[in-house]
Order: sequence, then C-alpha cells, then structure tokens
Amino acid sequence: MTLEIIGIFVLWTFLFGYLIVASIDFGAGFFNAYSLLTGRQRILTNIIQRYLSPVWEVTNVFLVFFFVGIIGFFPKTAFYYGTTLLVPASIALILLAIRGSYYAFETYGSRGHKGYSFMYGLAGLFIPAALSIVLTISEGGFVNMINESPTLDYNALFTSPLTWSIVVLSLTSVLYISSVFLTWYANKAGDLDATALMRKYALIWALPTIITAGGIMVELRSHNPEHYENMLNIWWAFALSLLLFIGTVWLLWSKRSYGLAFVLLGGQFLIAFFAYGFAHLPYLLYPHLTIYDSFTNEAMAIALIVAFIAGLALLIPSLYLLLRLFLFNKDYVRGKKEDNHA
Amino acid sequence: MMNEESVFFSRVLTELTLSFHIIYATIGVGVPLMIMIAQWVGIKKNDEHYILLARRWARGFVITVAVGVVTGTAIGMQLSLLWPNFMELAGNIIALPLFMETFAFFFEAIFLGIYLYTWDRFENQKKHLLLLIPVAIGASFSAVFITIVNAFMNAPQGFDVLNGELVNISPLLAMFNPAMPTKVAHVVVTAYMTSAFVLAAIAAFRLLKGSNHIYHKKALFLTMKVGLVFSIATAIIGDFSGKYLAQYQPEKLAAAEWHFETEKNAPLILYGILDDGEVKYAIEIPFALSILAHFDPTAEVIGLDQFPEDETPPLYIHYLFDIMVTIGMSMVVLSGLYWLGIKLKWTFVNSRWYRWLIVLGGPASILAIEAGWWLAEVGRQPWILRGIMRVEDAATTSSHVDIMLILFAGLYLVLGVGSIVVLSRMFRKNPVEQEIEDRNAEKGGDIL
Repeated sequence: MTLEIIGIFVLWTFLFGYLIVASIDFGAGFFNAYSLLTGRQRILTNIIQRYLSPVWEVTNVFLVFFFVGIIGFFPKTAFYYGTTLLVPASIALILLAIRGSYYAFETYGSRGHKGYSFMYGLAGLFIPAALSIVLTISEGGFVNMINESPTLDYNALFTSPLTWSIVVLSLTSVLYISSVFLTWYANKAGDLDATALMRKYALIWALPTIITAGGIMVELRSHNPEHYENMLNIWWAFALSLLLFIGTVWLLWSKRSYGLAFVLLGGQFLIAFFAYGFAHLPYLLYPHLTIYDSFTNEAMAIALIVAFIAGLALLIPSLYLLLRLFLFNKDYVRGKKEDNHA
Repeated sequence: MMNEESVFFSRVLTELTLSFHIIYATIGVGVPLMIMIAQWVGIKKNDEHYILLARRWARGFVITVAVGVVTGTAIGMQLSLLWPNFMELAGNIIALPLFMETFAFFFEAIFLGIYLYTWDRFENQKKHLLLLIPVAIGASFSAVFITIVNAFMNAPQGFDVLNGELVNISPLLAMFNPAMPTKVAHVVVTAYMTSAFVLAAIAAFRLLKGSNHIYHKKALFLTMKVGLVFSIATAIIGDFSGKYLAQYQPEKLAAAEWHFETEKNAPLILYGILDDGEVKYAIEIPFALSILAHFDPTAEVIGLDQFPEDETPPLYIHYLFDIMVTIGMSMVVLSGLYWLGIKLKWTFVNSRWYRWLIVLGGPASILAIEAGWWLAEVGRQPWILRGIMRVEDAATTSSHVDIMLILFAGLYLVLGVGSIVVLSRMFRKNPVEQEIEDRNAEKGGDIL
C-alpha cells in the first residue's frame, strides 16, 4: 500500500462515518418536522432529544475531519475544489449552522419555535443535496480551466441528469438510513408507536434508494465510461451490497431483529461506498486531479499518519464511552434515568 | 488586477467570520477552565454555591460553544474556499496542526456531551469533575494548534523554495516557528482572562440589578481573582511578544508603534493621531520602545525606513494597539484594586460605580481580543505568508464572493441575536434564587 492509498482510505473511512451519522441526524430532523405538520410530534421529539442532542457536535467533527484531512493529504484539492465549490459549500455551511444552532437554542434553551423546527428539518435535506454536488463534480465534465483557474460550469451541472440523480440518491438514502436506525432505537426504547411509524418510513424509502442507486450506475456509463468500467470490474461487491439490502428489507418486513437490520444496512452502504470509491481511483477529479499528482510530500504524509494513529488511540475509547452512555445504556434510552443536562 | 473584487470580498468575509468566531472561540477556550475551577472550589469547600455556579455556567456555555462550533466549521472551510492558493501551499507545510486541531476538538466535543448530560449520574462530584478535564484540555489545545498555524503565517519556516518548488519540508520545524511560543501563550492566556472578566461582568450586573445573594458575591470575587492572575500573565507575555516582533517582524512592531526612523534610545508612542505623516497629541515614553523590543533602553530599534512602502502594514494598526493595551492594563488595575479592596475591606469596591466598571470590563475585554486580532492580521499585510505569498495572490478567482458575504453576514446576525436572546431568557426564567430554593426542596431542606 502506498502512502497515497493509505491517505485516501483514511479520509474515505471518515467520510463514510459522516455519511452514516449525519444521515441519521438529517433524516431524524426531517421526520421530526414532518410529524409536527401531521400533529404527531410527541412520538419523535423525545427520541431525537435523547439521542441526537448529545452527539451532534461529534457528527459535525466527522465532516471537519474530512475537509481538513483532505487538504493535508492532498493539498492540490484546495486549489481545484476550493475554487469551484465556493457556492455549494457555502450554502451547505450556512444550513449546517442553522441545524447546529437549533440543537443549542431549542433543546438546551427554551422550547418551541415552530418555524425553526421546520428550518431545521428542511436544512437536513438541503445539506446532503448541496454536499452531494461534490461527488457529481468529481465525475468530471463540469469544471473547465479558464485562465489556468478551475471554473464550475453551472449550466452543465444543473442540466445534467447525473446531478439530479445523485441529489435524489442523497435524499432517499438519508431518509432510508435514518428511518432504519430510528426503528431500531425506538424499539430499544420500548416505544411501540414510534417503532411502527419509523418501520413504515423505512419500508417506504427502501425501494427509491436502490432504484436511484442503480440509475446512477446507468448514467455513469455515458457520463464517465472509465469509472463505469471500473465499477463493472468489481460487480460482485455491488451484488453483495444488494444482497445485504434485501436482508435489511426482509428483516424490517417480518418485524424482527431491527438491530441486525441496521447492521446489514451499514454493511450495504459500506461495501457500495468503498466499491464506488475504489473504482473512482486514482482520480479525485476527472480528469484534472489524481491522488498521485495532488499528494503532499512524504514528510507531511508520515507526520499526518502518525498523528492520525495517535488521535485514534485517544478517540476510540472516548467514542466507546459516549456510545455506552447514550446509545447502549438501556435506562438512558428508555428515558428512565432522570438525566437533566447541566 | 482582474481579481481585485474577489480579493476584496474574500478579505471582508474572512474578517467578518473571524471577528464573529473569535468571541465564541475565546469563551469556548476560557469558560471550561472557569467551570472547572468553580466545581473544584465547590468540592473542596463543600459549598453548594460554587457547584451551582459551575452548573449554571455550563448551561450557558452550551449555547456559546454551539455557535463557536458552527462558526469554526465555517472558517475552517472558508479558508479553502476563499484562499485556495494559500491552502494549497499551507497544506504542504502546516497541515499537521490543523489536522491535530480536529482531534483536539473531537475529544472536547465527546466529553462535553458526556459532561453535560451526566450531572446527576454520579454520587461523587469528583468523578463528574474528572469528565471536565478532557473538555478543558481539548478546548485549550484547539486554540494552541490553530494559533500555531497563525504563527506560521507570521514566521514561516520548515521548508525551502527551490525553483518554485517546495523542498526540505519539516512539519515539526514549521510548527515550532519563532512566533509560536509568544503567540500561543498570548492567545490562550487572554482567552482565560477574557472569560473570567465576562463572567465577572455578569455577576456584577446581577448584583447591580437588585439581587444581593451571596452566590453572586462569591462568583464575582472568584472570577475577579482569576482574571487578575491571567491579566498579569497577559501583560508579561505581551512584553515578550514585543521582543519577538522586534527580532522577526520588525515592520509590524514599527507600524504598530509609529516608529518611522531606525534609532537607538527609541521612545514608545502611545495614543495620538497621525496627521499628514506627523504624529500629534501622543504620549511619548522615553526609552520604552527600546526596552519593549530588546530589554535595553539604549538598543537600536528598526524603523519603517528599512522597508519598501509596498511591504509596510497600514499605519492605523497603532490605534488597535492602543485599544488592546489600554484595556488590558485597565483590567489589571480594576481587578487588582478589587482584590486588594476585598482583602483590606475598602468599601468603594462594593459601590455601584465600581460594579458598573466591572460590568463594562466584560465587553471591553472582548473588544481588546478583537483589537488584538485585527492588529495581528492587518499588521501582517500585505502578506498572507510573510515574505512568501501576498494576500492578493492567495485569494479565490471565483466570483460570487460578494453574495456569500451577504449570506454569511445574515447568518451571523441570526446566530448573534439568537444566542443573546436564548441566554438571557434561559437565566431570566430560572434565576439563581429560584434554583437554590428548588434544589433545597428536592433535598428536603437540608444545608444551604
């Protein structure tokens, strides 16, 4: 394994982590806002507060880690992506800020501005849409070099079916991942109403997720044949991912082992995400940028990897403690512990 | 130049984000330490008031830290969005502390979540206090790592440029650059100082607004004492910063002190205005600049005459220097007199006008932080990386920066107003007298 591969592997892993935890977070916000509309807010609000509020800052760090790390390992990405992403990334940032402040202002502060809850819920859908643009751009064809500086072709971007398919996939998978997780969490909390509701949502969003994912493969065939070929070469990984998907849906359908269902879902996305990423290599941005020509110097790469290992040694036990206290602690999940924060 | 507009708006947006973020970041670094001290004192003295103080501060801290997190995320990404050329270069040399900062923050975020949600889980308060240690360490180290990056921008080292290529890169050498010790110390200590004075201002304000509860008096004395210690430390470190500047960035020192001619026995100019290149109405302290720069009243101090005009920072930074130093020194005096006054039972320190001065000290300390950062950043102009890269060469070529500026300005307005409204509502709804009563009722009326 070369340093370049290690670097992108570490970053991709963190991006995967963000994908899962942020999807849960975004989707929950949307379901919460939706249930406010239909007058069922009590079902979800409680679970959201017990699970999401203590961990939202941690979710956020996954993203920060990714974009700081990619500048460290692949400094040239700052030039290419920094210049082209000004607008979509700024919009995502502003929406992220609205969500972050919602947790603080609404949950810790005083209760209840309805409009803010809607903003919070909607922001959760717009953020993945805005962030997913990055994946679209990386497929190439939307960035032109004008006067030696990369420029995003908004016309091409917004008229491309690929863009919209990826946006739709980001939305469906957010809702799907989130509802599967919340089914399990609600079930653990012994909240039957919420479990039934979330299970229903999970089943609704399962099919659209897999259809859009398949659709994107087809579109890549014409948009980026090289990437498509590479993906076909590892078709078995995608097939495995599909099997796991079927497993999840079957478990949800037959109302059993929601925990295992969530694990299978994690496996499905893990395999598909890494297979997609692996096929994307060596390009970071077709056809301008590869992991090799954008890589940092060796001294920095080694320093970053050492720092990363040291950091993990610190973080993994801490994360374990966090999960044990809030996610896997039965009394806490069921709301029996009277843990008033501060 | 073609790109002038993008450069201008990138500068304004960065300045806006940093000026807004630094308020919450400063509180975010300093307040965990204050909570820790209060909880520790509470445990040691077995005094519920201090524990409650820690608890109420922590509750407010949650709001400020949230705004700090989101604005910190914003500036983290804006660096790449607005200054892509700089980040490409910086990524090669100084990415290590940036990367480590995320870990420090990660660590802090995890334990903050745990700390906040476990107030009543532990029988033993000491165990709960232990959870706060990683929060305080993580917060302070975030500041350390980020300030190292800023220090590097002022005194870049740890690499060579050969035919336009970067060679001999040493990430550690880049981190431990000459600007690092004084800069890091100054930032961390002023964060503690400012947080203490902001909390003191709140306590003084409650006392002025009719509450005469001993709780607020304890809070005021504790915060003023801590503030005194850190404001003295700030003054000492500030002096060392002067010596660093004299040696490594003489143009910044010269511009800040309006020191135009290189000379020995240099006097220090305080206040005054600049009228057509002439200094008017200033106070001149003989030899003081030579002492500040070199510990020696007769030493030669390099003036602006040694630098080409297009490498000289704007001269208005002198006013920022005046603001920073005046407020810093006033806070030493204010907190020092208060501490002495309490010890020696002088009555004026408990008078209304003195308490109003303490209230004023809170926002003034924040103003000093702002002035200090503007001084540090504007004083580095025209460089983004001193001697290596100019600001105008670093900025994005993308248009639309102006629209982003408007959007972010709107966001900061919402966050700023929101945090003030939520904080004041939070504490107004649940004044400390009420909370003490409630807690008493819960415990069946023992102690307190």
